Amino acid sequence: MDIVRAPIEMEASKLPSLTVGEVYVDTPRMTTRNVNVFYGDKMAIDNVTLDIAEKQVISLIGPSGCGKSTFLRCLNRMNDTIESCRVEGQIKLDDQNIYDPHIDVVPLRARVGMVFQKPNPFPKSIYDNVAYGPRIHGLAGHKDELDSIVEASLRRAGLWGEVANRLDQSGTSLSGGQQQRLCIARAIAVSPEVILMDEPCSALDPIATARIEELIFELREEFTIVIVTHSMQQAARVSNRTAYFHLGRLVEVGGTSEIFTNPHHELTNSYITGRFG
Amino acid sequence: MSEPQKGIITPHVAISRVNASLAARRARERRFRIYGRIAIGLALAFLVTLFVSIFTKGIPGFFQYYVTLEVVIDQEKIDPDGDLSVQSLYDGDARGIIRSALYKVTGAEGRSGRKAAGKLISKGAEQRLRKAIIKNPALVGQTVAMKFALDDDADSFLRGYISSAVPEKDRRISDKQIEFINKLQKLNLISYDFSDYLIFGSASRDPEIAGIKGAFIGSMLTLAVCLVLAFPMGVATAIYLEEFAPKNRITELIEVNINNLAAVPSVVFGILGLAVFISIFGMPRSIPLIGGVVLALMTLPTIIISSRAAIRAVPPSIRDAAFGVGASKLQTVMHHVLPLAMPGMLTGTIIGMAQALGETAPLLMIGMVAFIVDIPGSVTDPGTVLPVQIFMWADFAERMFIHKTSAAIIVLLVFLISMNAIAIFIRSRLERRW
Repeated sequence: MDIVRAPIEMEASKLPSLTVGEVYVDTPRMTTRNVNVFYGDKMAIDNVTLDIAEKQVISLIGPSGCGKSTFLRCLNRMNDTIESCRVEGQIKLDDQNIYDPHIDVVPLRARVGMVFQKPNPFPKSIYDNVAYGPRIHGLAGHKDELDSIVEASLRRAGLWGEVANRLDQSGTSLSGGQQQRLCIARAIAVSPEVILMDEPCSALDPIATARIEELIFELREEFTIVIVTHSMQQAARVSNRTAYFHLGRLVEVGGTSEIFTNPHHELTNSYITGRFG
Repeated sequence: MSEPQKGIITPHVAISRVNASLAARRARERRFRIYGRIAIGLALAFLVTLFVSIFTKGIPGFFQYYVTLEVVIDQEKIDPDGDLSVQSLYDGDARGIIRSALYKVTGAEGRSGRKAAGKLISKGAEQRLRKAIIKNPALVGQTVAMKFALDDDADSFLRGYISSAVPEKDRRISDKQIEFINKLQKLNLISYDFSDYLIFGSASRDPEIAGIKGAFIGSMLTLAVCLVLAFPMGVATAIYLEEFAPKNRITELIEVNINNLAAVPSVVFGILGLAVFISIFGMPRSIPLIGGVVLALMTLPTIIISSRAAIRAVPPSIRDAAFGVGASKLQTVMHHVLPLAMPGMLTGTIIGMAQALGETAPLLMIGMVAFIVDIPGSVTDPGTVLPVQIFMWADFAERMFIHKTSAAIIVLLVFLISMNAIAIFIRSRLERRW
């Protein structure tokens, strides 16, 4: 007997006009209100309102092309580098609108760090990779202080034990999982308040993935983390809240356990039960 | 089995059709391979012909005939003022000293005999004697054996280009001179040695003492000016256009023009140099400074285009990483993009410089073709460059210049090849993988 799947319904008619679930939180670190993002004429994000709670992990999930990465990159203005990208609405870090024309992106990105999908260490030594951020921002007064920042960051990223005796080797000589932890160490070396992670495990094997997930679990004690992921298990394991994006809309948001056990919207339900994605 | 449906080919039919088309496909591939081999073979044949022709003519150009004479350096004759000053040496009769040594060994007598013998020695001989004395004043008053270049006619005769079977009045060397040469050969005084004049001599109408030193130094000065101007300007332009410039009509227009500039015939740049630097700014002709500026304009597009390609080859993930930790645009470019793009930029620059080294036409326009005996000491002294020197020598009628021309071409080729080798070395060594 053939297993016939029901035709997948992805058309916009099913999208809710308002996000299902509680988009607001009591202690927000970042707030977004009615955010629209366009690439040229194409709308990539449509009216997203979402709070990001302090010292929590929020997962952004959804099928490919749903806008979750675009949304993530708005949070530290990485979209600025894309010529045709236009952002409307309000995104605030604490009480400051980060798209205010007077805002300088350099301190913003020092406060909102980022880890990318593909591990991208600089083709420099492990030490220089971690020390780069503190150096350009002038965080360390002298060499000893810089050394201790590098060591502490590598420790917090769970990489110190593996690289302590080869800090002068190239960052690109490490394995994929180590490279990604090096990138996390590089991000936390500048003591950001928020860390954005764009599918940080998609290029890694399961063991390296497990290590990164453990790390995220530890880091949420200190940092506010926003993570985009394609793995629902990962979202379930590491995050406090989960937001489901679909065709540029934020369909549903809620506590992670609730989203995965009792989704309210049928698109969310279809996605987490594996009907599409 | 159901009825075959339209548009669906059974596997059996499909594979038989595939097999049927295989032979034609293979034949096409074979033909293509043959065309390729023919093309490469032809190219190689031309290259080999070129090299054989240059080397068979050029290698003898590195050598020439010398005669060794016992010169009696008489203080009064060589240095009438007795102070060994340059003026005194030039007033002295260096020529007479050499000639009397020559008359002695050849046994030349009478006015016509002495005249014939005197013509065998190059005009550069006296200068060589003076230089030897300036270098070592202790030679004065002694009798020393010195090697002097033979005149180019005698040289050509010894190389076998002038046959003694030709009637005397039709050849550039007389019976008497042939007799003297034979005598010198019997006495074992004539030697075929490495031509120091080729490397250390400067421009001269006398082929036996003409050399490339002046042109070589002119080339180096011109290239230095070219590099100092073109490299920073080209790299800065590339970085600006690639990283900072807004993408609009104006930058698009600039880009198109830079690409077109790379295809502009080089002589046009020469006209530009002539019209702007010499006519408007009133700068002197023939100087390496203007040559360098003109060549810099010519190589700029090459450097800009290759630098932009090198910048574009830097993976965007590196930029993201730098922006992600809060680096500013300039920091991202200077700390990450530029070091990674540098090998590509250097390669492009060296190739541009090699192009400039071989360039002739624009330099003819700004007068670097002038006949200049002095070796340029700075970028504002008149001078010429290697390819122009080659061009001038190729124009001269004397047989010996054919060899000198090819020898100079070999020197130029050696430089071009070593520059390209450096470019390849840089590319393979410094290029980082990520």
